[in-house]
Amino acid sequence: MKNFEVVIGLEVHVHLLTQSKAFCGCSTKFGLPPNSATCPVCLGLPGVLPVLNEKAFLYAVKTALALNCQIQDVIKFDRKNYYYPDLPKNFQISQYEMPLAHNGYVDIEHSGREKKIRINRVHLEEDAGKLMHDEKRGLSYLDLNRTGIPLLEIVSEPDLRSAEETSTYLQNIKSILLYLKVSDCNMEEGSLRCDANISVRPKGENALGVKAELKNMNSFKAVRDALSYEGRRQIDLRKKGEKIAQETRLWDEAKAMTAPMRTKEETHDYRYFPEPDLAPFTIERVEIEKIKSALPELPQVKKKRFISKYKVSEYDANALTRDRAVSDFFEETIRIVDKPKEIVNWLLGDVAAILNERKIPIEKAPFKPAHLASILRLIQSEEITGKIAKEVLQGVFDTGSQPEAIVDKKGLKQIKDAGELSGIIEGVLTENKKSVEDYKKGKKNAITFMVGQVMKKTKGKANPQKVNEILRKKLGSQI
Amino acid sequence: MKQISIPDTTKASLDRIAAVNKKLNAIIYLDREKVLKEAEGTRRNVGGIATRGIPIAIKDNICVKDEPTTCASRILKGFKPPYDATVIRKLKNAGFITVGKANMDEFAFGSSCETSCYGPTRNPWNLEMIPGGSSGGSAAAVAAGEVSMALGSDTGGSVRQPAALCGIVGMKPTYGRVSRYGLIAFASSLDQIGPLTANVTDCAALLNVISGHDEMDSTSADLPVPDFTKSLVKNAKKLKIGVPKEYFPEGGIDKEVEKAISKSKDVLKSSGAEIVDISLPNTEYALSCYYIIAPAEASSNLARFDGDQYGLREDAKGTIEMHTKTRTAGFGDEAKRRILLGTYSLSSGYYKAYYLKAMKVRTLIKNDFLQAFKVCDVILTATSPTAAFKIGEKINDPLSMYLSDIFTIPANLAGIPGISVPCGFTKSGLPVGMQFLAKPFDEETLIRTAYTFEQNTDFHKKKPNL
Repeated sequence: MKNFEVVIGLEVHVHLLTQSKAFCGCSTKFGLPPNSATCPVCLGLPGVLPVLNEKAFLYAVKTALALNCQIQDVIKFDRKNYYYPDLPKNFQISQYEMPLAHNGYVDIEHSGREKKIRINRVHLEEDAGKLMHDEKRGLSYLDLNRTGIPLLEIVSEPDLRSAEETSTYLQNIKSILLYLKVSDCNMEEGSLRCDANISVRPKGENALGVKAELKNMNSFKAVRDALSYEGRRQIDLRKKGEKIAQETRLWDEAKAMTAPMRTKEETHDYRYFPEPDLAPFTIERVEIEKIKSALPELPQVKKKRFISKYKVSEYDANALTRDRAVSDFFEETIRIVDKPKEIVNWLLGDVAAILNERKIPIEKAPFKPAHLASILRLIQSEEITGKIAKEVLQGVFDTGSQPEAIVDKKGLKQIKDAGELSGIIEGVLTENKKSVEDYKKGKKNAITFMVGQVMKKTKGKANPQKVNEILRKKLGSQI
Repeated sequence: MKQISIPDTTKASLDRIAAVNKKLNAIIYLDREKVLKEAEGTRRNVGGIATRGIPIAIKDNICVKDEPTTCASRILKGFKPPYDATVIRKLKNAGFITVGKANMDEFAFGSSCETSCYGPTRNPWNLEMIPGGSSGGSAAAVAAGEVSMALGSDTGGSVRQPAALCGIVGMKPTYGRVSRYGLIAFASSLDQIGPLTANVTDCAALLNVISGHDEMDSTSADLPVPDFTKSLVKNAKKLKIGVPKEYFPEGGIDKEVEKAISKSKDVLKSSGAEIVDISLPNTEYALSCYYIIAPAEASSNLARFDGDQYGLREDAKGTIEMHTKTRTAGFGDEAKRRILLGTYSLSSGYYKAYYLKAMKVRTLIKNDFLQAFKVCDVILTATSPTAAFKIGEKINDPLSMYLSDIFTIPANLAGIPGISVPCGFTKSGLPVGMQFLAKPFDEETLIRTAYTFEQNTDFHKKKPNL
């Protein structure tokens, strides 16, 4: 039996994070009351004209450069003509024959192997509105707030070979976009969306198989699940000797399967032609070079630097650099206190857990690099124990106060004074005669219980080594 | 000199409209009370501007806030724009009083003003004749003295040809000179708003007001606007006027028109101008080129009229059926014809053979003009091959109708400015127009040439008997 391989190309659509829309001054904010962020221009009223948002264009160029693309000398727009109620002009301003940029690539690392995924094209267009259907009443509602939001389309070559690899690629694109601060990449709010072209072919063959276009994948999990399902489905068909239909299929999250789009798709002729309302313009090479040199260090490069400079593991480096804000936090903390290993543990452990729980991004948290540095210093100087440190961390998140202040205010300072500890330990010994007996009978782990009791009495503030030391001495002297 | 107040000029205009518009059907919407109130407000609030209080009619494809703006089409029935076109804003700031919307061919598709859903406009010089189009309502309203001035739009001659046929002055400025924001698009790369006036002086004054860069229109030119009234000089000395042989084809131009043009050349010569023969070799392709590009753009521009948000909406079960029914009922025959033509030429498989080819020819036509302007300052032609024709005469023969714009279309393809001035009358008393064309953004030379000619003739002083 032949071995088959899956071939995937991805089309990523991303909202650019501009204040106003691509061709008018309306707000791009998510979640505003329906149709409140609209004006004659984005409503497509008779007589209006588009004016290109310069920032959207610059964001697009920035992204294209970060994806190693070549930028076109002359920038022009085209009209894509089709009738749909969410498209008030019944044409979309897009870029067809001359996309803003082309011929790029993204490096990905998948199962320890590095690979270049080629980018075919990057182009700028406007988003359409949102239709909501009330099946019960047989009504459709139209919200045009999204109409005209600048949308960047990033089209890869069919270089991806598995669902996991595609997910990694998408993750890398997302990281790059976040690094550039050109999009919030929020998949739930639809600011990052993707469609996939997927086909299968016998391993070793060069010709592409018949592809299906896969839509409605609204999360990373959906991308992985939908593509693995569809790959398996196509391979099964081929193995049975059956033909694969060229069609658009939708991922059904609930049923965990793909199915052909129910509505019969018309063969579209978009009748593209140059948008006469937007004059073509040129962008100077020097201008492009300027933008290029101002690009931030991108995740792949930063990851490698973290591994070599801070000796963090590849796994940790990946986790740290996925989000630019996290990597910045990491390096800023190192600048204050040079303890990469401890910082990584805190950042990816307790800090990440709290952020996750409170659903806030690190850059919006009251917890700053200086706070983490202080906590690490407090631990190092044995002012507080590791256990107390977690409490202090929560305190910073709750109040935004300095760790030292929290320690003082709550009296969390570690008890390491032998006299003070001796007194507490004496009390524990007299209250736990049975455990003392057990210990004397040879149940050595009875001591763990007694240490626990001391910690309980001191609310975790006792220095555990000291407690152990004194306890052993006292138990020994009692023998 | 007798002084007249602003409300009085407005009232005079309204009275004239009341007296003659029934015969003409030039003005298709008018709110008399609102206009009078506006006139009163302007008298009080707009001081020191020469243009204040001038009654002006607006072609029905230019958006005036809260007033019906329908492109003379059923499909825009009841549509009231929530905004003013940039030119309207400028007119209001300059104290003009907008009195009503002027009739036009539906969506500016036509040369006779007969395709309007409000019925045809009649030529003030002979009520059985068409006034020209598509800005026929604007031209007739000015010629009949209903208003002093009017705005039209010119995509292939729609200002110049009706101006010629109604015996008034009409100008298509350079593409980009006047903002198109608020002009309901026919063919975006060809459309330009222009003045229709009783004489060249008014034309210069109105052009001063409406010209200039607009940040709402990316295709409007960011160039300084000269004071065009400074070009109102009666002097043709050192002016080189080119006469292209391609514009006087054997059998392609009416004898009476040709004679009027010929006499006009003599007038200019005797005022000091030099007449030179020139050639614009690609002229013969202009009409076909135009009828690829203009309908292609129109088919896309008119896609938005589907009944979803505004205008006509026919009852139907689903969205697609509603769109289809609405468009079927809403558009007239000529609109449908052009939408079909444009849709066809943009379709995959035809795009290269038609649209792309036409764009290349367009460049050739533009180059013809740029070459010609190396040997002359201004080009002289007839505005239209004939004087006004009878209502109904050509309406069922689109090709012969299209030929009416054969001399005006090339300027739109090239983006250059053109003006039509009255230059004679036929034996039956119909006006004949002469067209001048100039380099991009050289409206000054057009005005100077037209003014010199006008001041040496009396054609503009004749008024129709109504």
